[in-house]
Amino acid sequence: MSWLSPEMADIVIQILKSLVIMLAVVVCGALLSWVERRLLGLWQDRYGPNRVGPFGAFQLGADMVKMFFKEDWNPPFVDKLIFTLAPVVAMSALLIAFVVIPVTPTWGVADLNIGLLFFFAMAGLAVYAVLFAGWSSNNKFALIGALRASAQTLSYEVFLGLSLMGIVAQVGSFNMRDIVDYQAQNVWFIIPQILGFATFFIAGVAVTHRHPFDQPEAEQEIADGYHIEYAGMKWGMFFVGEYIGIVMVSALLVTLFFGGWHGPFGLLPEVPFLWFALKTGFFIMLFILLRASLPRPRYDQVMAFGWKVCLPLTLINLLVTGALVLAAQ
Amino acid sequence: MIRSIIHILHGTYTQLRSLVMVFSHAFRKRDTLQYPEEAVYLPPRYRGRIVLTRDPDGQERCVACNLCAVACPASCISLQKTEAEDGRWYPEFFRINFSRCIFCGMCEEACPTTAIQLTPDFEMADFRRQDLVYEKEDLLISGPGKYPEYNFYRVSGLSITGKPKGAAQNEAAPINVKGLLP
Repeated sequence: MSWLSPEMADIVIQILKSLVIMLAVVVCGALLSWVERRLLGLWQDRYGPNRVGPFGAFQLGADMVKMFFKEDWNPPFVDKLIFTLAPVVAMSALLIAFVVIPVTPTWGVADLNIGLLFFFAMAGLAVYAVLFAGWSSNNKFALIGALRASAQTLSYEVFLGLSLMGIVAQVGSFNMRDIVDYQAQNVWFIIPQILGFATFFIAGVAVTHRHPFDQPEAEQEIADGYHIEYAGMKWGMFFVGEYIGIVMVSALLVTLFFGGWHGPFGLLPEVPFLWFALKTGFFIMLFILLRASLPRPRYDQVMAFGWKVCLPLTLINLLVTGALVLAAQ
Repeated sequence: MIRSIIHILHGTYTQLRSLVMVFSHAFRKRDTLQYPEEAVYLPPRYRGRIVLTRDPDGQERCVACNLCAVACPASCISLQKTEAEDGRWYPEFFRINFSRCIFCGMCEEACPTTAIQLTPDFEMADFRRQDLVYEKEDLLISGPGKYPEYNFYRVSGLSITGKPKGAAQNEAAPINVKGLLP
């Protein structure tokens, strides 16, 4: 055991922690497929899947068995390399972005001092999943989906970044742990940055391509859009990737605007993970509630809303915040 | 400018309102009936599985008149008439192909003796199509079904050797089917 020096042990422990966090995120994302269907059922006065296991909790297992045993079919007309790459990007991009999320004071994968920028980069990369899939599928509907995705991306990426600059200006750092500490010392950013929260929430929904920003995969209009040609586990990776995106954006909302692992008014500091999980769960529920209740706008409406409403709002927010930060110095 | 701001604010309000409205459904009763565990209520006149009934004396009501087979729009009923020693008609076989039956109830309407009746039961799914062809043993029940009092031969009379219709003791005279008076 001579190799197990204290530094080595630290590294091993850190790797184990990272693995646990990654597995937890993936499992949460996969379980969400069941949670979402149960919640949608609840809000539509029905039950949802409740046959497999207690309350249908093993539905995920049944779905996975089904998906693994499906034929991994590549249509003959697709661009095989990019076609295979797209689901990998879809699942990994936002999963990798999770490394910057500080779960508790002691848990967290990486303490990057460019934390927020890393998330922006990964959110930008995640778009490639849709574009790759839409292009390589060689299918009209998939291409329309990808077209819509790029139009949408153009409109939300701009204010996605700007909506968080108010926070960066106040904290003076891109580091997530600094942001959480600042909120614990002062006030949660939901209060001073309410405009930033509103716009970032909208942009976050758009990043995950969830209702009401799911024009790229509008089932009713273009039959699932960019992943129309996918089947089996490749489709499953798109599916899980979408849920990982939800977990990721919910965790990010909690970290940036709701004090991360801190309870309200410094309540119960002994259970940081519980607070983090509770708040993240709340936002995940909100994501599903959005899907349950809001209709889907046209994508030109999304673009108009993004450029004409959200972008000015973020700019006003940034200007006011900047002025106040300067005045306070 | 002002108008468009009001427009946006109002839009935001309506979206939040629908969020709240949908969320309030979490506290409502669910409409789903957990079917295999909870039985479905079927009204008494529900048109389900077809049965052949018996008259109050316990004899088959069916007189093999073939009216049901004629009335059936799906042509799923087939039967063969035969005659008992006392001159009473009954079906030698009576067969309903439930894989073709549309449960329209025309056979029940056509039946002059209320022998064929539809019952409130639909749980007759099967794995093989051939198992859906019901023979007379499968169709015949022991009771009179929906019309407990009715006995066709008490109304029509029954003639046997040496006795015309309505001539026996305690037997009503046959109804004059050509007359207008009740």
